[in-house]
Amino acid sequence: MEQESNTDANQEFITELQDCAKMLIEKLQGDNYEEASKLIQSMVETRDRHIFLAVGRLTRGLHSAIVNFHVDADLDSEPPVVESSEIQDATDRLSYVIDLTQKAADKTMDMVEASAPIALNLGQEAEQLHQEWGRLKRREMSADEFRELYRRMDDFLQQTGTGTQQLNKNLQDIILEQGFQDLTGQVLKRVIGLIGDVERDLVSLVRIAGQVEEVTGLGDEADKLVKATVGAAEAEGPQIHADVRDDVVSGQDEVDDLLSSLGF
Amino acid sequence: MKILIVDDFSTMRRIIKNLLRDLGFTNTQEADDGVTALPMLKNGDFDFLVTDWNMPGMTGIDLLKAVRADANLSSLPVLMVTAEAKRDQIIEAAQSGVNGYVVKPFTAQALKEKIDKIFERVDG
Repeated sequence: MEQESNTDANQEFITELQDCAKMLIEKLQGDNYEEASKLIQSMVETRDRHIFLAVGRLTRGLHSAIVNFHVDADLDSEPPVVESSEIQDATDRLSYVIDLTQKAADKTMDMVEASAPIALNLGQEAEQLHQEWGRLKRREMSADEFRELYRRMDDFLQQTGTGTQQLNKNLQDIILEQGFQDLTGQVLKRVIGLIGDVERDLVSLVRIAGQVEEVTGLGDEADKLVKATVGAAEAEGPQIHADVRDDVVSGQDEVDDLLSSLGF
Repeated sequence: MKILIVDDFSTMRRIIKNLLRDLGFTNTQEADDGVTALPMLKNGDFDFLVTDWNMPGMTGIDLLKAVRADANLSSLPVLMVTAEAKRDQIIEAAQSGVNGYVVKPFTAQALKEKIDKIFERVDG
């Protein structure tokens, strides 16, 4: 809606200019220089008024964007200090995601590290008992050895009971720990929402600014300044669209191919 | 065999440490970026460096370049384990003298292969 009213204002301004221009030509052709000069004066005033209005709208847009994101900042200090804002809040939330995933990963690895020796032990003991059991079946065992096997079997059954109980508990804990996916997912969704809002507000600010540029004739030069080049070997983190990008490898096989093409 | 693992995420350091232990390498130390890693390398007779690329402070590629520029470390085998997957980056790492390049997420098998290959070449 704001967009439409801005376009209308621009249109109104252009129509006014055109009308004035027609009248100006008439006055000049009629050698009425005094009237012509007044018309030029009024054209300049119209233009100024229009620029003021457009700048006013831009300022209002900026202001409402700042209000929308609840930016609480000390603008008098140099550089301005942002005390709190939704962006700040989003940053905190993202840090929370890192913390949470870190904790979940640590806990999961703790559980696996605690479980691995239990499974290893049970496996080894079972293997040894199985060999002894084979000797018993083949009647290669003395009475003393049998008493030893009898005792070990009892121990082993007990160990198996407590060991598997512990393993089950660890596995359950690992499952529970995956709850981080839910929590981080919610936080990330909120941050994605915020980024969408920021983008929308920026686009509308760019539109308003575009209208200021249109009437003042500024514009292209500023755009040229913005285009900065990104270094080829800048770190970017994980590629999330590796499969559709040509400049990115999509797996270890492609890395190996590339390296072997370089003589590795 | 003394190995230094450099990554800013402790989880990844731990994963690599675990994988290395499974492969029989138990003597490992950790650093969280190039700035901490470089003095450790200079003072600590390491035989092998496993490093991430994207880290605050000093990145893995800068660490690699610093290692290659240091007379005492220039022949240290370096394996890069990183999420950086642009062709230009892999080429830059290769040109800077990396011995192996593994992209995250990776498998235990991929890590083992690269390490075996590096030591085959170093020994041979």
